[in-house]
Amino acid sequence: MSNLRILVATKRVIDYAVKIRVNAAGSAVETANVKHSMNPFDEIGTEQAIQIKEALAKSKTGTAEIVVVSCGPVKSQETLRTALAMGADRAIHVDSDEELQPLAVAKLLRAVVEKEKPDMVILGKQAIDDDSNQTGQMLAGLLNWPQATFASKVELGDKSMTVTREVDGGVETVKTPLPAILTTDLRLNVPRYASLPNIMKAKKKPLAKFTAADLGVDIKPRLQTLKIVEPAKRQGGKIVESVDDLVDKLKNEAKVL
Amino acid sequence: VSALLLVEHKDNKIAASTLNALTAASGLGGSVTALVAGSAPDSVVAEVSKLAGVSKVLVAKDAVFAHTLPESHASLLVETQKKHGFTHLIAAHSAFGKNILPRAAALLDVAQISDITGIEGADTFVRPIYAGNAIATVKSNDSIKVITVRGTAFPAAGHQDAAAPHEDAPAVGQKDQSEFVSEHMQKSDRPELDSATRVIAGGRGMKNGENFGLLYEMADKIGAAVGASRAAVDAGYVDNSLQIGQTGKIVAPELYVAVGISGAIQHLAGMKDSKTIVAINKDPEAPIFQVADYGLVADLFTAVPELTKKL
Repeated sequence: MSNLRILVATKRVIDYAVKIRVNAAGSAVETANVKHSMNPFDEIGTEQAIQIKEALAKSKTGTAEIVVVSCGPVKSQETLRTALAMGADRAIHVDSDEELQPLAVAKLLRAVVEKEKPDMVILGKQAIDDDSNQTGQMLAGLLNWPQATFASKVELGDKSMTVTREVDGGVETVKTPLPAILTTDLRLNVPRYASLPNIMKAKKKPLAKFTAADLGVDIKPRLQTLKIVEPAKRQGGKIVESVDDLVDKLKNEAKVL
Repeated sequence: VSALLLVEHKDNKIAASTLNALTAASGLGGSVTALVAGSAPDSVVAEVSKLAGVSKVLVAKDAVFAHTLPESHASLLVETQKKHGFTHLIAAHSAFGKNILPRAAALLDVAQISDITGIEGADTFVRPIYAGNAIATVKSNDSIKVITVRGTAFPAAGHQDAAAPHEDAPAVGQKDQSEFVSEHMQKSDRPELDSATRVIAGGRGMKNGENFGLLYEMADKIGAAVGASRAAVDAGYVDNSLQIGQTGKIVAPELYVAVGISGAIQHLAGMKDSKTIVAINKDPEAPIFQVADYGLVADLFTAVPELTKKL
């Protein structure tokens, strides 16, 4: 019989389908009036926690409580409500209007872990805005917990998990004792959509609020963004008429054959 | 400036991306010390000592490093930094580097600068964000800079005549908490995707895994690696290790041939820095044509065999 508590970290980011625009000052990406949603890798993390909970319930071998946490501005609560509607039990919002870099988020999450004492923390392998791919590994280091990153399969054992990880050129399987950190890769699962009744129910689920000061964490940024620019545009779009034409261009124009 | 480069190796071979990371490390303007950890790393150490720019090799020979588990490797980096006072810790932005370096950065209480594509100074770096749809220049205010390097942005380091000396790295008490169970690697005689000078990639238009045989025939004729879009991987045509894109491998070969690939943003993020891009697709509206240097609107099942014949 295992009774697990699973903490899932989620981040509110610009929706993956939105075309990114750099602001006129070249200091940031435009975020005003732009659609935001939960970081896709965090949706996979939320789904994984729910699947673990459902599997435990189905086999009658235990229970799981899923706590979702998000660090960021007040609008992060929308992301938390999405996770609650998917099936998480309760939420924690760490409110901050300051820029939160991965090390600061890892420290905030450590403080939440110390309060909640989960058996497992699930994070997306990276957020699709800053593409850092750091927070899970940093949290594992700060807690001195084992980490299994870039997971494509998770099997829960007795106080342990066996994780298949996506590595360069194939997959690797590792086993860690619990508590542990898990970060998700794309193929781990396909996240569910929240049903309308569950969206309604999610509005009544508990959501606790803290600030960085409440948690006693220094969130000062360590990296300073000097400028942001659009990437160089490619001059593409030339159409060739035939395979012969293509071979000729590759040999004589591009000189790559 | 004194940089410590974490060397990635497997089956006595240095990972190609480590050679790119070494060039970046040399570009910081100070000395570069290489750190090799393994259960029997002697032949790798000998090879690393002759890589251009390496002034010293630190060797951590211990059974604990037989596999690339993160807890022991991160502790080794931290202990090595503390003993020698390196100003920069650097590794490739590979699955290996991504797993280990952030953990070490947190233990040192410093930020990490991930996936750099340029160096503007010892504390200022260029890196893509939003899947390469914006490029940021960031300055680190930490005393120690922990950096992962995008391989395609830096040339591979060459060799030097005189072998750099080697000595033992500090001993590390930390045992791994995670345990290696097994691995399953895709075996191939073809060039590796991330270091190949020519890449041929197939998408959903290939219709099934067997049809990738057409791409392998072309690849073998011109010495190319074969890759795939996420759509082709998700459809089960080919293994995930072939995936090129935002969530797969980033490649930048001399020649990239996209076959039956529509050109979703997430795929473009993985290949748009290729020197010459060819697209073969029967849909003239496919977005891949907008980034392709040469587009051929044709049925791939007739165009690819014809192209293979004429190459």
